[in-house]
Amino acid sequence: MSAPNSSYDPVEVAALSEASVAAAVEQALAAFAAATDLEALKAARLAHAGDRSALALANREIGALPPAAKAEAGKRVGQARAAVNRALTERQVELEAGRDALVLLEETVDVTLPVDRVAPGARHPLETLTERIGDLFVAMGWEVAEGPEVEAEWFNFDALNFDPDHPARQMQDTFFVDPPEAGLVLRTHTSPVQARALLERGVPTYVICPGKTFRTDDLDATHTPVFHQVEGLAVDEGLTMAHLRGTLEHFARAMFGADLPIRLRPSFFPFTEPSAEMDLQCAVCRGGGCRTCGGTGWIEWGGCGMVAPNVLRACGVDPDRYSGCAFGMGIERTLMMRNGVTDMHDMVEGDVRFSAHYGMEV
Amino acid sequence: MRAPLRWLREHTDLSADVSAEQVAAALVRVGLEEEGLHRADVTGPIVVGQVLSALPEPQKNGKTISWCQVDVGTEVKGIVCGAPNVAAGHQVVVALAGAVLPGGFEIAARRTYGHVSDGMICSARELGLGEDHEGIIVLARPGLVARPGDDAAELLGLGEATVEVNVTPDRGYCFSLRGIAREYALSTGGSFTDPVGPDLAVPAPDDAGHPVRLADEAPVRGRQGCDRYVARSVRGVDASATSPYWMQRVLQQCGMRPISLAVDVTNYVMLATGQPLHAFDLDRLAGPVVVRRARDGERLTTLDGVDRALHAEDLLITDEAPDGTSRVLAIAGVMGGASSEVTPATTNLLVESAHFDAVTVARSARRHKLSTEAGRRYERGVDTDLADRAAELAVRLLVDVGDERVAAQPIRMAADLPARLVGVDYTDAQVDDALRAVGCDVVRDGAELVVTAASWRPDLVEGADLVEEVARVVGYDTIGSVLPVAPSGRGLTRGQHLRRSAARALAEHGLVEVLSYPFVAPSRHDDLGLPVDDPRRTALRLVNPISDEQPLLRTSLLATLVDVARRNLSRGVRDLALFEIGRVYRPAGDLAAVAALPRAVRPSDAELAALEAGVPPQPRRVAVLLAGQRERAGWWGPGRAVDWTDAVGAAQALAQALGVRLGVEADDHAPWHPGRCARLTLPDGTLAGHAGELHPRVVATLELPARTCVAELDLDALVAAAPAQVPAASLSTHPVALRDVALVVDDAVPAVRVEAALRDGGGPLLESVRLFDEYVGEQVGAGRRSLAYRLTLRADDRTLTGDEAEAVREAALASAAEVGAVLRAT
Repeated sequence: MSAPNSSYDPVEVAALSEASVAAAVEQALAAFAAATDLEALKAARLAHAGDRSALALANREIGALPPAAKAEAGKRVGQARAAVNRALTERQVELEAGRDALVLLEETVDVTLPVDRVAPGARHPLETLTERIGDLFVAMGWEVAEGPEVEAEWFNFDALNFDPDHPARQMQDTFFVDPPEAGLVLRTHTSPVQARALLERGVPTYVICPGKTFRTDDLDATHTPVFHQVEGLAVDEGLTMAHLRGTLEHFARAMFGADLPIRLRPSFFPFTEPSAEMDLQCAVCRGGGCRTCGGTGWIEWGGCGMVAPNVLRACGVDPDRYSGCAFGMGIERTLMMRNGVTDMHDMVEGDVRFSAHYGMEV
Repeated sequence: MRAPLRWLREHTDLSADVSAEQVAAALVRVGLEEEGLHRADVTGPIVVGQVLSALPEPQKNGKTISWCQVDVGTEVKGIVCGAPNVAAGHQVVVALAGAVLPGGFEIAARRTYGHVSDGMICSARELGLGEDHEGIIVLARPGLVARPGDDAAELLGLGEATVEVNVTPDRGYCFSLRGIAREYALSTGGSFTDPVGPDLAVPAPDDAGHPVRLADEAPVRGRQGCDRYVARSVRGVDASATSPYWMQRVLQQCGMRPISLAVDVTNYVMLATGQPLHAFDLDRLAGPVVVRRARDGERLTTLDGVDRALHAEDLLITDEAPDGTSRVLAIAGVMGGASSEVTPATTNLLVESAHFDAVTVARSARRHKLSTEAGRRYERGVDTDLADRAAELAVRLLVDVGDERVAAQPIRMAADLPARLVGVDYTDAQVDDALRAVGCDVVRDGAELVVTAASWRPDLVEGADLVEEVARVVGYDTIGSVLPVAPSGRGLTRGQHLRRSAARALAEHGLVEVLSYPFVAPSRHDDLGLPVDDPRRTALRLVNPISDEQPLLRTSLLATLVDVARRNLSRGVRDLALFEIGRVYRPAGDLAAVAALPRAVRPSDAELAALEAGVPPQPRRVAVLLAGQRERAGWWGPGRAVDWTDAVGAAQALAQALGVRLGVEADDHAPWHPGRCARLTLPDGTLAGHAGELHPRVVATLELPARTCVAELDLDALVAAAPAQVPAASLSTHPVALRDVALVVDDAVPAVRVEAALRDGGGPLLESVRLFDEYVGEQVGAGRRSLAYRLTLRADDRTLTGDEAEAVREAALASAAEVGAVLRAT
């Protein structure tokens, strides 16, 4: 480095001349612009903004200038270095962005490739539907009651007012357990759970009882020896058939939508009096009559009625004070009507494609 | 029950323009379920033809056809007829070109057997008049008289519709036209004429007829098997004669086959009135008719040709020969025997019209598996006051052996009961009118009604029964709609909630839920290789299984889940991941007899407990079956075959969803592979189930894919073990110290024991232990393996020093050494 020199004429220091500085800046900017990658930029940085660059060397000369000249020279070189550094940073950012974009581009994959290494699982739609029915009634304050599938005959028949010799008892096509003296059957309906629930809970009782039921039907498109029912029972003071209809309408709306009316028509069950069959307007023809409903405009959904006095008596409930509504329907049938399943085989054969189609919903 | 409209019209206000659909709708309104509408689908020209000539022409195919010239009124047509009974002079039914017969069969002139056949001479079946296809209809045979060209459809009543209704068991009276007509009148408010009304004069009983004795010495449930027996003798009848066409037509429309005059008349009267009749050949009776119960060893060959051993409860119609020997003629109300059957040679008849007890008939019908038209009506209760008038409809002579009809008990009902049960504010007049309309006698007594039910309504016994009559007569459509407000409920039970979680967890684990029938063959226990003394061989047996080969109820879910697997395999599914949740049936041993309890009475607590004790345990289980590939092959590389870890993994995923940690140990338990069977236990040590690979022999026997893996767990036990509440755990924010240790152990030492020992030794500062490698090979020597564990150490309140961490590691190693695990030399 030169020593301070009072007679030094800055004009004579070539490196600090206006032209030199401007040229150094121009060369630097050109070099940065010419750098096409971060490596080249690094070289350009060392050459034009490093310790050995023209501007750095010029900067060192300032110290040797007489004080009067220092300010002007310092300002000139300072501005020049700032301009060079700004340009360097800008180019650095630009090239880094370019590099990053390139990396991401190279990492591109085909996101449409299949990813199903493990096939998805599924619930059986009958079970899903049963749970949905349970939720509907639980939301109204009802509870879900359960009972055994191999059931005492007394619960399956006698408690429900089936006389031992009444033809209705044969109507049920019952599976009997050997030996007959043990008094056991495969329950033919979920109604025995009514009696169990009432004996266990007393009055008031509001329960639904979903579950497996059994009848000696051969499997065909509309019958199966093992099927599912859901039974509803409400026993309280002041219940009437209007409450029965109200509950069924609510249930039907939840299952089939808001706009299909139901109708009750007189029928017979040993455990209800009065009894009714409950029909839902045919969703296909809206009551006009078509093949689906056999031209009647209605599709039978289930049976219902007011709990027969003898059933209340069998459960220790006074029929003169309390009354009850009961209803029951097949869950298979409900699924058929609601989701358009046409063949019972699909529901009972365990073909995984049937469940898998529904997944976790129904 | 079928009701031909024309017949119904004879007894009700049913004008000709009312359609069958409208009639059905009216019947549905009062509780008769519509089963169907029947009418012959015949349109177009169908006329009476006179056969002028019929020329037989043998054909190469061995058949002989007749080339007929038939006068159809306006012209003579040439028609080819294949029926053997066509002959010149017959009047026949001809379907002309343009006619359409049932099944959409269109008639047109067509070339056949070398002629142009311009129409068709019809058989009964071709016209939808029943099953008779023996030959063409010859009008003279059922006694029809007509002229060529007459409208044969009109003559035969082809266009007449029949409404079929389903009769519920309480309405036995509707198994008759009389009952249906009464209901139709009730529904429409029109009039009703009883085919056996009071104006049907019945002669008084006398001693001139065939003697009858009622000798029921063992009434069932205290009721006489027969409380009324009308026997009428009719002599000089040609029993083989055909009945008149109108009667044949009614029988056909009601779904019965015309047979002979004697049989047709008894069937017709039964259809008209609901009273079953039976005709015996009077000349084949050896003496008085005796109605009694069966004796030991008695047998009867019934009309269906089956020889039947009779039961002491069977009520029989017998005859008593002069020497005192008794012969069985019929099972009362169910079916007659061949020995007294009416034959074409019969000229003298004994017509039986009796009132048999419903229970007796029902039991006999069930016992002998005989479902007959008569039995069906008796079971449901036949009008107690009908036998004589029904018999009068059929025959002339009468022997009435007594009048022991049961008088109907009046029913007392609170006057407001209909409103209270139905929720409709019926007026007094509505209630009274409705009950009277169904044949009841109604008297008001203050706040009560005293109602006497009609004799044909044995189903009306108490107030609720009357309420239904009021409700249906006024109409169910008048009932309003109110949503009841239940008291606050408790929501799903814990078990219900957890079972949903279990099913959902398995489905989310990639398993598909299926359902299987619980019926199994005894051989299935062998298929599964169960030891002879395995409790799972103790199964419930059905008296009347769907298939005689599968009379048992499953004692494990796997027993039936394997069938579902096989069905799917046969349908081309290769990779299986199935689960089922369901009950198994596990009787402890032989079932004890349970005392029958009456209905309509609450059993005592002790009786209920006895009933409960008689119901065998039926625990809920969950079973899993995996086969084929667990992970598919794909663009990512090869797939992964199912192995034992998938079965154990599924079980653990399920338990985890319930908040239960399963213990695992090796076991040898059928039907699993003895070296690949995990016994899964609850925290208290109770058995929860098993998981692993199926025994290769079971796989082979059941023709399952090799290496099929299964699990079966007791879901009830898992639910019971689930924590009622999950207590909070503290989360340390201090840094962890990691220590890896490789331990060499004997093959006989299970990994789970080594891990437990490390945990024991490590104490509270050992946060977790994870096995990250297993090595078997030369470096550790035969019969041994190296297990590499990562120990994660952490304190709740401070950062562990290097010395502290080392001390924990040493303690864990010392503990592991006690189970024979030594630090692997490096």
